[in-house]
Amino acid sequence: MGMTMTQKILAAHAGLESVSAGQLISARLDIVLGNDITTPVAVNEFKKAGFNSVFDKDRVAIVLDHFVPNKDIKAAEQSKQCREFACEHCVSHFYDVGKMGIEHALLPEKGVVTAGDCIIGADSHTCTYGALGAFSTGVGSTDMAAGMATGTAWFKVPSAIRFELSGRLPKECSGKDVILTVIGKIGVDGALYRSMEFTGEGVSSLSMDDRLCICNMAIEAGAKNGIFPVDDVTMKYLENRCEREPVVYTADDDAEYESVINIDLSKIVPTVSCPHLPENTRPASELHGVKIDQVVIGSCTNGRMEDMECAWRILRGKKVKDGVRCIIIPATMEIYRECAKRGYIVDFIDAGAVVSTPTCGPCLGGYMGILAAGERCIATTNRNFVGRMGHTESEVYLASPATAATSAVCGYICEPTEV
Amino acid sequence: MDTRGHVFKYPDNVDTDVIIPARYLNTSDANELAKHCMEDIDAEFVNKVKAGDVIVAGWNFGCGSSREHAPLVIKTCKTGCVIAKSFARIFYRNAINIGLPILECPEAADAIENGSEVEVDFDTGEIRDITSKKTYKAQPFPPFIQNIIKAGGLLASLKENQTEKSEENM
Repeated sequence: MGMTMTQKILAAHAGLESVSAGQLISARLDIVLGNDITTPVAVNEFKKAGFNSVFDKDRVAIVLDHFVPNKDIKAAEQSKQCREFACEHCVSHFYDVGKMGIEHALLPEKGVVTAGDCIIGADSHTCTYGALGAFSTGVGSTDMAAGMATGTAWFKVPSAIRFELSGRLPKECSGKDVILTVIGKIGVDGALYRSMEFTGEGVSSLSMDDRLCICNMAIEAGAKNGIFPVDDVTMKYLENRCEREPVVYTADDDAEYESVINIDLSKIVPTVSCPHLPENTRPASELHGVKIDQVVIGSCTNGRMEDMECAWRILRGKKVKDGVRCIIIPATMEIYRECAKRGYIVDFIDAGAVVSTPTCGPCLGGYMGILAAGERCIATTNRNFVGRMGHTESEVYLASPATAATSAVCGYICEPTEV
Repeated sequence: MDTRGHVFKYPDNVDTDVIIPARYLNTSDANELAKHCMEDIDAEFVNKVKAGDVIVAGWNFGCGSSREHAPLVIKTCKTGCVIAKSFARIFYRNAINIGLPILECPEAADAIENGSEVEVDFDTGEIRDITSKKTYKAQPFPPFIQNIIKAGGLLASLKENQTEKSEENM
């Protein structure tokens, strides 16, 4: 029986000819990732277990992104612990303030991850790198500690759901509308333990930023990973960027899928996920007029260059509605720099928005835009659980950068008409 | 291995943000974190929970973030185990890796009521509802995972394997 793309990558990393769904394997890891929240727990476990070296200093990535620049003394202590560990073990991919970015925007940008990789990260959105044609999945800190020590991890080989994409997205839609539509269709555990494999002739029309956004939220459907085939768009993105050679895996023609879901991209509409679950999706037009207090444009889901460009097209020369706070957070220093170079930051400020250096901050209710009781935010982030961005009586609506920026100008949720 | 205690019952899709809100994640100190266990879904949980008590929930328990702090605070509160209809995959993995007993049993999760007294046998997967006098059977773990649990978590099992290997090499 044939293998899915994910199964092919796992088999190769387990040193096996083939694997099948449900099989328990031990796989070799190309990259092990952690951030300033999950790494301290991993470091404690790593030390407690008596390990004294990492398996490969070039295969461990530690990114300070959740609470940096440090939000308080405790966060500073956690950053310090990460910094000391990275220094002690000569971790080559250690990214501190000034070089850092939100991990899932940063690692692809820096070429740390590539096609064909097997990656674990102590952050649930590690599934993002499937956009490059890699197997990549989120784990906890103990798995990170074990991965850093041994260079391997255990996996249960997942079955897969195939998403057959056709057509082309309307101008006002982006990858975010695609993944919100998918989650709305299958639910927050619709792909539990499974791979989400995106295929079909529609793939070629999706930019790398769209694909990264789509794979990023695979976890919001409960999936183990999301993955795209490697095509010209991927190869062009990886060219001159990646330090290791990409390896291209393709699904077998007779690969078995639990189900196949057809998505006509041309039928996608601007979509918003209502509180308090990502599956509560509705067309943005049905929510027209819902008043908002805050807008957040950024995160590992939508803080990339295309997202900034989209927000800029809508906000330039306009004003954020009085009474609305608009917070824009480019996801990496490179994107931040490019926004400055292109003059976006001045235009954002003139529109009445604030622009922060990269941080996960508000997305997880850490800092930089916490909501009070009764407040409502439309955000390009990935979760809208109770209390996610602040008070348990606050509300988060998830949307694309186009919908969020349009809403910032209107002061209420509004579908983008032209981008 | 077993536990006996009273039930705290919760709905479907209990996410890691309500189990341990991110605003407290500026420390990795388990005792400090545990003061906020379940805070955003049940502020009284930490005041009421006693050693051996059992969390019973619906589908997709522990969805959301990969934070290991979530199973860690539940374990640190001395909760005996979590019974759910299903678990989100990272939470499931983390619970096994840190040695928090979890059981998947949709029938038990449906029937057992908040405040009931239950007894759980981890070896057999038997869940006894003492209040209603009913018994349920959870799916046992595959042997590979049972070995991790028996060793006391992933790192302990890795250490065991390493020791075995180096003894073989001697």
